[in-house]
Amino acid sequence: MNVLELRGIHAAYDRIDVLFGVDLEVPESSVVALLGPNGAGKSTALRVAAGLHAPSSGDVLVAGRRVNGVRPEELARRGLCLIPEGRGIFPNLTVRENLRMMSYTGTSEAVIDERAFLRFPRLKERFTQTAGTLSGGEQQMLAMARGLATDPALLILDELSMGLAPIIVEELYEIVAQVAREGVSILVVEQFASTVLGVADFAAIIVHGRIARAGRPAELRDDLSKAYLGA
Amino acid sequence: MDKFLTFTIVGLTIAAIYAVIASGLVLTYTTTGIFNFAHGAAGMLFAFTYWQLRFDWGWPAPVALFVVLFILAPLFGVLLEAVIMRGLEGTTETVKLVVSISLLLFMIGLAQLIWKPGISRPMDNFYAQNPPINLGPTTITIHQAITIGIAIAVAITLRLVLTRLRIGIAMRAAVDDRPLSMLNGARPNRVSMLAWAMGTSLAALGGILIAPGIALDAPSLSLLIVSAYAAAIFGRLRSLPLTFLGAIVVGCAEGYLSGYLPQNQYLSGLRLAIPAIILFIVLLVLPNPRLRGRMTRSREFFPTPTIQGALYFAAAVVVIGVICATTMTDPDLITYGKVFSIGIVALSLVPLVGYSGQISLCQLSFAGIGAIVVAHLGHGGDPLAIVWAVLIAAAVGALVALPALRLSGIYLALGTAAFAVTLDRWVFTLPRLTVFGLFDVNLFESGSVSVDPLKFLGTTFDDPGSQMIMTAVAFALVSLLVIAIRRGRLGRRLLAMKDSEAACATLGLNLLGTKLTVFALSAGIAGLGGALYATQLTSITPNNFDLVSSLQIFALTVVGGIGAVGGALIGAASLLVLLPLIATLLPSIARWVVLFPGGAGIALGRNPNGAVHDIREGFAPLITSRKMMAAMTIGLAAVYALRLADVITNWPFVLISLAVIVAVTIVANLTQPRVVEAAAGVSEAELADVPLEWRGIDRAWTEADRDELDRRVGMSEAELHGVA
Ligand SMILES: Nc1ncnc2c1ncn2[C@@H]1O[C@H](COP(=O)(O)OP(=O)(O)O)[C@@H](O)[C@H]1O
Ligand SMILES: [Mg+2]
Repeated sequence: MNVLELRGIHAAYDRIDVLFGVDLEVPESSVVALLGPNGAGKSTALRVAAGLHAPSSGDVLVAGRRVNGVRPEELARRGLCLIPEGRGIFPNLTVRENLRMMSYTGTSEAVIDERAFLRFPRLKERFTQTAGTLSGGEQQMLAMARGLATDPALLILDELSMGLAPIIVEELYEIVAQVAREGVSILVVEQFASTVLGVADFAAIIVHGRIARAGRPAELRDDLSKAYLGA
Repeated sequence: MDKFLTFTIVGLTIAAIYAVIASGLVLTYTTTGIFNFAHGAAGMLFAFTYWQLRFDWGWPAPVALFVVLFILAPLFGVLLEAVIMRGLEGTTETVKLVVSISLLLFMIGLAQLIWKPGISRPMDNFYAQNPPINLGPTTITIHQAITIGIAIAVAITLRLVLTRLRIGIAMRAAVDDRPLSMLNGARPNRVSMLAWAMGTSLAALGGILIAPGIALDAPSLSLLIVSAYAAAIFGRLRSLPLTFLGAIVVGCAEGYLSGYLPQNQYLSGLRLAIPAIILFIVLLVLPNPRLRGRMTRSREFFPTPTIQGALYFAAAVVVIGVICATTMTDPDLITYGKVFSIGIVALSLVPLVGYSGQISLCQLSFAGIGAIVVAHLGHGGDPLAIVWAVLIAAAVGALVALPALRLSGIYLALGTAAFAVTLDRWVFTLPRLTVFGLFDVNLFESGSVSVDPLKFLGTTFDDPGSQMIMTAVAFALVSLLVIAIRRGRLGRRLLAMKDSEAACATLGLNLLGTKLTVFALSAGIAGLGGALYATQLTSITPNNFDLVSSLQIFALTVVGGIGAVGGALIGAASLLVLLPLIATLLPSIARWVVLFPGGAGIALGRNPNGAVHDIREGFAPLITSRKMMAAMTIGLAAVYALRLADVITNWPFVLISLAVIVAVTIVANLTQPRVVEAAAGVSEAELADVPLEWRGIDRAWTEADRDELDRRVGMSEAELHGVA
């Protein structure tokens, strides 16, 4: 069964349409990469999936159930975890408080901390530090730690690499690969495709709010440059 | 030294109350992003409630306190959040501000409805009968000790809640990033509800503590809490510790100033204005809240007015003025006749708030300045006095703008409100004084000052009918000016500034000059309105120009539609025509009319474009059709002729005229379907006229536009429908 499925999603900001019938599937225990140029509608698609943006038409299905109109906090409690673009942290809270926020999904604080430190030992040293003063990489780690600590069914990552040094991006994607091996389904968005195609089982290219191409990563490599150049 | 200690204790007690109130304000602002102008009014409402339970019904103090602080106030807060505040997400700062200002007006109205004003309602201090505690050189009353103790307890409790409890952490998380906190599974609505419940409770506590020291009077209690706002601004509306520090600074300043300032007639008013002055200073001294580069997207949409529409509007205004002046009785004209002069004050908000997004709550103060000028210079009806009124009001406007240039959004709103309070409470009440031994100034002659009727073009405008026509013409002319500004270069600059000051600065736009210009212009218009208003009133007092009336005009104009001149007319008309009309026609509900301005503003959250937007869409087919306009004009002229010949009386005249207008509008709507549904109000020629990149901005975006855009950027069908 598909952990997540978007069917014919149309979405708009005010009067301006940005998605025109997007179909996307994330099968169980697989990594799906959503690629496309700037402004293609990737983040919007993810926001629709996470319940943050209501589609103007089309269906969102989580584990086979239609979830249109379900509030984002409910989806989060059902195991859907989006780490949004930019830094998905609360800059004015401490690392500890950031992790504690995750306990709303039902996982106990002790378990959250334990899981977070297991993957990201560095966070333990920074436990009482204000999150906004962490380095960019550490902030992204905190965001991921928070996401993973609840043992989500589906992890959605929006441009992990934004503003980070390549070496840190690599480190982060190693962790993504490891999480994937543990069986968590992942939907990942990247503008820079090469990093993510290595990890992905499936990929889709979105251009101007439409899925232009979908398939195995190997089949898509050639189409990518075309999509980005808009040719 | 003993005196100093005594004043310190007085100051700290005031500080404690401000701290309690301000922390509630900060709590709601940070968790929900809404600066609650009505926070003080909530405190006022619950101070009255407490008085009712404790002193009128004689409940024991602990019971009354428990009921007010832990049941009624939190419930009220939750209700506010659920019914009003939740709907404000995604609206502009102006709309949010108007809604909370309207709430303030509504609460004042409600309090005056329940507790008739003008009756003394004494409230005792806590343990008033016990002797003060001796502290050696000075003493402290038990009430003072309790007040300070409560503030400390509030500080500790808030600290614990916000750092130890998960819901408290969630509150702070919502401040940082509300959508993200949802992604964590926190229920933001619950968090906001808790914040509003706690905030309202704190306001109530502050109100109950402050009320025994001053009279239990709804407007002054609601606005006195302005100084609590100053404390909150110290903490930049975010930090609670800094807010407490700010409260101590403001409270002690007030304590010392009222203790040490010499007692004389010039400074008695100053004492009342101290909080506002401190607020103004705090706003200016604190580091500038930086220019925000982020563009706030909003639900507002103000189309450019057309020349044709503007002329129709101006003509309609003059015609209405003439018809009213020739058909209504003098008493009616006196009641309803101020609609156009106050309408001009409302018009002054359109370029300032509507176009450039600069919020000003002191327009009526500028009007007051204009009024004073004609009162003193307009002897014998000299029309030159009007010119002076405009110029002097504009100059004062520019002066206010200078410090205000550093401010924006709610900070600017608070700063201008503080300016209005300072004028109201102090400057306008000053007795005769001599400036530098040169000018002899006696603004309101310590009470009221009479105004001579205007005299020009060989006419003396001394009867309500001719005044109505004159103000209608003035309103029409100022409308045309305001529309001309919107269509010209300055208008574009103002709109650009509203969208993003940061972007304008990087484009090399002279922000300073632009802001000064629009402030001076708007103050000048308000001064004109005030001057004409004064000649209608024949005698003016400071009360004609107070902050609460200013807030009413502001709120109703935004409801009418602050982006368009029609909105100003609707705003003024609802205040000066609709309300008195309801009160005379339906005496049974006359008492409830006080709730209307507030209620209307609260409803604004649902339609941020204001009423004028809908009205214009409805009239668009009529205005674009020559035939229909001609038909309506002839119809109305015929009805008017019947009225002048005294065939019909006033009421049938009004009803038949309305029937004609409605009928023609319906026919026009039926026979002439709108050009494009969303772009009503724009002619066909103009539709094509708007450059491609401005579509969706200057007018509504349509399907046809998208096709054209696709075509122009050269996308082929295949690309549009995917590569595969
Ligand atoms: N909050 C918003 N309001 C209006 N338009 C938006 C908003 N967010 C994004 N857009 C527009 O929607 C389109 C898709 O944006 P987005 O989904 O963020 O693209 P991507 O993540 O692929 O770069 C863009 O053209 C962007 O300008
Ligand atoms: Mg994006």
